[in-house]
Amino acid sequence: MRQLGPLRFEHDPESSLTRTMFVSALAIAAAFLVAGLIFWAYGVNPLRAYRVILVDTLADPRALPEIFVPAIPLLLAGIGLLLAFRAQFYNIGAEGQLLAGTIAATWIAVFTSTPGPLMLPMMFITGFLAGALWGLLPSLLKLRLNVNEVITTLMMNYIALYAVSWLVTGPWKGPSVRGFAYTDTFPDSAWLPYLPGTRIHWPTLLLGIALAILVAFLLNRTRFGFEIRVQGHSPEAARYAGINPLRTTLLVMLISGGFAGLAGVGEVAGIHHKLLDPSQVSLGYGYVAIIAAWLARGNPLAVIVTAVFFGLIYSSGDVMQVSLQMPARVTDVFNGLILFFLIGSERLLHYRVRWMPAATNQTVPATLPEEQAASGRERWKS
Amino acid sequence: MEVITWLLESSLAGILVRGLAYGTPLLWGSLGEIYAERAGVVNLGVEGMMILGAFSGFATAHVTGNPVAGLCAAGLIGALAALLHAFFSITLRANQYVSGLALSMFGLGLSGLLGRGWEGIPLERPLPEVTILAPLGFALAVVLWVVLYHTRWGIILRTTGEAPAAADALGINVILVRYVAVVFGGLLAGIAGGFLSVAYRPSWTEGMTSGIGWIVVALAIFASWDPLKAIWTSLLFGVLFHLSFRLQTWIPAEPLQMMPFAFTIIVLTATARRSGRVRQAAPEALGLPYVRGER
Repeated sequence: MRQLGPLRFEHDPESSLTRTMFVSALAIAAAFLVAGLIFWAYGVNPLRAYRVILVDTLADPRALPEIFVPAIPLLLAGIGLLLAFRAQFYNIGAEGQLLAGTIAATWIAVFTSTPGPLMLPMMFITGFLAGALWGLLPSLLKLRLNVNEVITTLMMNYIALYAVSWLVTGPWKGPSVRGFAYTDTFPDSAWLPYLPGTRIHWPTLLLGIALAILVAFLLNRTRFGFEIRVQGHSPEAARYAGINPLRTTLLVMLISGGFAGLAGVGEVAGIHHKLLDPSQVSLGYGYVAIIAAWLARGNPLAVIVTAVFFGLIYSSGDVMQVSLQMPARVTDVFNGLILFFLIGSERLLHYRVRWMPAATNQTVPATLPEEQAASGRERWKS
Repeated sequence: MEVITWLLESSLAGILVRGLAYGTPLLWGSLGEIYAERAGVVNLGVEGMMILGAFSGFATAHVTGNPVAGLCAAGLIGALAALLHAFFSITLRANQYVSGLALSMFGLGLSGLLGRGWEGIPLERPLPEVTILAPLGFALAVVLWVVLYHTRWGIILRTTGEAPAAADALGINVILVRYVAVVFGGLLAGIAGGFLSVAYRPSWTEGMTSGIGWIVVALAIFASWDPLKAIWTSLLFGVLFHLSFRLQTWIPAEPLQMMPFAFTIIVLTATARRSGRVRQAAPEALGLPYVRGER
């Protein structure tokens, strides 16, 4: 229990939904405030920047659907990452797993003669497998030799990045594109349909929403989900309960990588219709999905909301490039700040704030329970 | 200077010298990371601190015309960036991995934003590549090794990383030691970044660290958190980076550029296989925030 001016902070390990949302909103507001200061230092009036974001993305009926274009890969990759984080596996490799998915899907679309109706399902299946495979090596190394997964998954990102750029400049460079570094365009059967008038490839969006529901069910209603949750709270308790960490982590990572792979399939089949330079295929979706998953605070359904929110950040970056001539990296400023404030505010989740001015303070009996020692749960979260 | 030109002409020695040039930022960066991790704090923000150092170093060197001033600015900015990580991960006890990641994103974003008008300008008076920072780095590694294993400060630092509760009981200010170690790590990472833009490339390009900040984090593990070992591990990776450029005459560039990253995984695997010795070398409390009264 702590007193800060008239505010009293009482320890309360179980956070309510309202408090979670309030603290998250506060963190995001703080991030926007600091970003505004940075824009001001850069020479852009922050009020004008905020206005551009609000008016040119949210209030423009043509720009509004664009929010959902980056939201789709963020949703798919984000759900997978959330699952991995729940099992205490720090998968930072969604970017590479996503790119692995694009490679597999491109291979199916350009180099196999898969019959039309089977084309898209095959692309999604192989994309899933490729993403899962890309996540397999780091998880095996972690489980067998305790090699830090953060570093190995990161390295796998760079390997995937150079693999894609090698393919599109070398062996897979399209004969019909004359010197450009990309593959031939996919056949029509490998194109995902759009919602009319937008670039929203709705089958991928539906898939993402369905998988979010599926993962929510998996986590909360199945034995496997229970095992993941126990392992996430306390790996030791999981071991005593007879849960095989090898099996749980491996399965979680296969799903996590696979979902990122699906996100990659959506990008090439839905947006680009060819494989091209990795920096154009994925605008850092694999990294931003980490923040989307973190903001969802362990709830798979919440990723639907957070993915759309970061879709908004991407669109804001786009309009700021156009209207204010700011560089594309401006989205990274937002993302980094949001992530900082999110994790920085995490401890607030475990406190109930009460308005208690000093006058009333004295009437409170001295027998109130002392601040509890942090539980194991709080420890892994903080 | 003639010696160096001669070295460059002879092939094997030439490769080593070039490896030294690329190994220098790896060395400076990994020495800093080793110290931060010895105090128990992982900092994945090296990529962000380096790129901020690279930009501020270049801008300062360009404006003042003095490359040494550039390096100083780079170190200062790196230290300030590290302070951000320290505040979030030590004071607010946020997850260290995620905080470092946030720092890397933020650093890449901020440097890309502020550095937009600075791209493509050559630096008139760059620092020589291998004659200053490489030997200084070797000397620094030796000094840091002596401090770590043979001084009171070293004991304080190691105790903080191994057993923070015991350190606290002994009257060591765990929070302060961790802050100092992380900020010192940022200082070195900033200088490493400044080396890239003031000596190695002498110019500024957005995202010019291109992933070596992550390799620095891996090198701290590969060197078993030992400053002396960091010398040859960074030299090895420096040679590897150099070869990945040199061999491009015969082999396509991309598979070669993949090489250092793939090799990092191989090296970490090999280190982990050495009968768990690395697990013993790792600071016991690495990655765990310190809360007094909690074990």
